[in-house]
Amino acid sequence: MNLEPFLIRALVASVVLGIVAAPLGCLVVWRRMSYFGSTVAHAGLLGVALGIVLEMDLTLGVIVVAVGIGAALVALGRQRVLPVDSLLGILSHAALAAGLVAAAKLAGQRIDLMGYLFGDILAVTAADLYWLFVGGAIVGAIIAGLWQTLIATTVHEELARAEGMSTRRAEAALVIVLAVTIAIAMKIVGVLLIIAFLIMPAAAARPFSRTPEQMVLLAAIIGAAGAAGGLLLSVATDIPGGPAIVLLLAAGCLAALGGSVARGQGR
Amino acid sequence: MAEPAPIESASHRHESGRDPCGSAGGHGHEHRHAHAHLPTSRQHRPDALISARCISLSREARTILEDVDLDIGRGEIVTLIGPNGAGKTTLVRVLLGLEEPDRGDVRRIPGLTVGYAPQRFDRDPAIPLTVARFLTMAVRADAAAVAHVLEEVGASHVAKQQLHELSGGELQRVVLARALIRNPDLLVLDEPVRGVDYVGEADLYGLIGRIRASRGLGVLLVSHDLHVVMAQSDRVVCLNRHVCCHGVPVSVALHPEYVRLFGDATARALGIYRHSHDHAHDLAGAPVGPSPERDKDSGPRVTK
Repeated sequence: MNLEPFLIRALVASVVLGIVAAPLGCLVVWRRMSYFGSTVAHAGLLGVALGIVLEMDLTLGVIVVAVGIGAALVALGRQRVLPVDSLLGILSHAALAAGLVAAAKLAGQRIDLMGYLFGDILAVTAADLYWLFVGGAIVGAIIAGLWQTLIATTVHEELARAEGMSTRRAEAALVIVLAVTIAIAMKIVGVLLIIAFLIMPAAAARPFSRTPEQMVLLAAIIGAAGAAGGLLLSVATDIPGGPAIVLLLAAGCLAALGGSVARGQGR
Repeated sequence: MAEPAPIESASHRHESGRDPCGSAGGHGHEHRHAHAHLPTSRQHRPDALISARCISLSREARTILEDVDLDIGRGEIVTLIGPNGAGKTTLVRVLLGLEEPDRGDVRRIPGLTVGYAPQRFDRDPAIPLTVARFLTMAVRADAAAVAHVLEEVGASHVAKQQLHELSGGELQRVVLARALIRNPDLLVLDEPVRGVDYVGEADLYGLIGRIRASRGLGVLLVSHDLHVVMAQSDRVVCLNRHVCCHGVPVSVALHPEYVRLFGDATARALGIYRHSHDHAHDLAGAPVGPSPERDKDSGPRVTK
């Protein structure tokens, strides 16, 4: 197969995204935020519609809506009327439905619905790459700066606070950074598959890791390899890119988990 | 049994002689209600590492703490004891600054470093974590420092193990090590023997006593069982929303308020017999009959 410019862009995008997603994916796994992430991702479609209506940059529109939804979810998580997973189950699908309605009514034919739902990695433009690099660098810097606090907060929030860490600030930053990552990843893997792209490399890395940092490193390698491999697979066999990546990562996950259970480490 | 009363604490932010629970202090929101005419013995103890006065806290119309005073000095082990729901953990959270009291004032000496071992520690195997990594979460410490602190708590062999693989007793020691690696002036240990068997409990309390002696730090120990902490405590504060009684361990064990809350099982188990002339003896193993003092005080339980 020839390395056309679009393919090179797609490969670069998938590798960069795999690396950026690794620390976040690990945090999502450790902190049991996958449903939270899905809800924010599903709201992304609403952001696209908003961006089209307001004639602003679509990625920016998604970031605005995703951060807003993330903040609202954190606030709603403090209520006690409904279990948080039920609440997320309601809001996740409500956000998706609202996004689909908004896309149909407001944006009409100007929107590539399948592309946003499942991603269109081969359509990645130079501008998308720019967003990915800048956004990825910012996300990476924030996570790196807050890493110790985030880990300590995840292990024991109260102890971390007693030791003088700003756990609330770190948690708020994590929500924002997660929303931004979802927004910049949406174009590549789509709103329905983003969360899989976040948690699968982390899950596959878990049985082989002894420290949080090892798990992130392994997740980055698995994520980048899975994304690039899935992309090449999709080009070679003419199947959609996003689903190909997710299927490849899922296979890696199952193999890793199966292997560790077989070795008797499945705790 | 009464604490020595520091009459003069003018070096503190309060004006000398001013009622510490009054509303006129310079602490803004910390003093919301007037609380007049407290004796000067309730002024902050000037030599204490941490000194709490008039701590009151309610949540959802339920009083959790009412007008609690507590001091912990350097080199002193203070045990906080009380039944379930007495507000022990809430008081600890207030002292640590994790919870804001409705009223009252917590004073720390400047630069106070606190090592904290929380009561609940739920481990999650989702996050891979070696003991060494766990210990260096909040401080920079090299492998030698990690090895040293693990040796101090008698858990040298676990440095490379995963946190979620430790036994209950090993976990307690590792959590203690995380508190110690900060080089604290004050250790706050909330029920440090959860998940530890009876022999392990005595070991752990012995260890805490030795650490206090070698490091000279202050210790606040929370326990629901006075019996096992007696030997290591300098002072005991019995809490049931308010401070029921306080003093040296033996005097608390025999205090009518304590007996009301816990029954006289502790006194019996320890074989302490209180003479009519008001001092205690340790007559290990001697049969103890009901004392006239206790009978006199066995009326209806009074809660504030």
